[in-house]
Amino acid sequence: MKRTASISTLAALLLAGSLAQAADPLEAITAEARSDKSFTGFSAERGAALWRRQGKDWSCSTCHTTDPRKAGRHTVTGKPIRPMAPVSNPDRLTDSTKVEKWFKRNCRDVFNRECTALEKGDVITWLRSITPSSVIP
Amino acid sequence: MKNARHRQRLSAATALCLVVIGMPLAAHADGAKKPAATSPATNPVWQEECGSCHIAYPPRFLPAQSWRSMMSTLDRHFGTDASLDPDTAATIETFLVQNAKRSKPGQKPDGSILRITETKWFRSEHDEISGAKWKSPAVGSAANCGACHPGADKGSYRERDIKVP
Repeated sequence: MKRTASISTLAALLLAGSLAQAADPLEAITAEARSDKSFTGFSAERGAALWRRQGKDWSCSTCHTTDPRKAGRHTVTGKPIRPMAPVSNPDRLTDSTKVEKWFKRNCRDVFNRECTALEKGDVITWLRSITPSSVIP
Repeated sequence: MKNARHRQRLSAATALCLVVIGMPLAAHADGAKKPAATSPATNPVWQEECGSCHIAYPPRFLPAQSWRSMMSTLDRHFGTDASLDPDTAATIETFLVQNAKRSKPGQKPDGSILRITETKWFRSEHDEISGAKWKSPAVGSAANCGACHPGADKGSYRERDIKVP
């Protein structure tokens, strides 16, 4: 019985480990945003505005287009980029490591700095709110 | 009855462990598999990370020193930030260096070149392609290998497969 219990515990730990990796990317971003006491929640409207905000040379929409339901194109190499809105591409925004990697790189490319937790949460919230009938500002 | 249930639970737990433990092992075995001499060098981490913004350019296109310099300047990668976490970067650098262009005996490789299109071999292989062809809508950029080399995304640039649009 004791052996069963220890094997079950090991299995549960391994399972918990693999589930922990699959945590929603917004969870850690929300925790970080909450460290600012003035945080009252993410805003899809602010996310949509950030998407179009012109940085030094580019905006998010330069490569991803203004409608995240559509495929984009890398502005330098021309390589196609699959849509960013989960409604068109359900794989998007599911992997925390990927989400953080691309926010870090792309925010530095566009705004010459890393994005804040609030900005990242706003953009994710907006992208997730998009439906086939949404009007894109 | 109690014993049978015990056994059942035990084998279910063991099976789960084997599945969970087995996954990374299988992935590792696959990643470490040496390609056949005739097939282009490949590696899933390199393919995923170096193939996001452009096709994953084969390691044999540049000498080892060029790849080392490239991997140490990923945060300023031809005008964009392509930074990677240190473990991933180390895995990719090892793969690139191991499969890099080897120079002929007596020749010194030019490890200062980072752009494949600036290498001597690239220029001589493409000397018949006009400036207008490079800029045509079907090609657009020399980064777009697949425009003329249909197998480029799989690392194949065979002469007989070339179709200039």
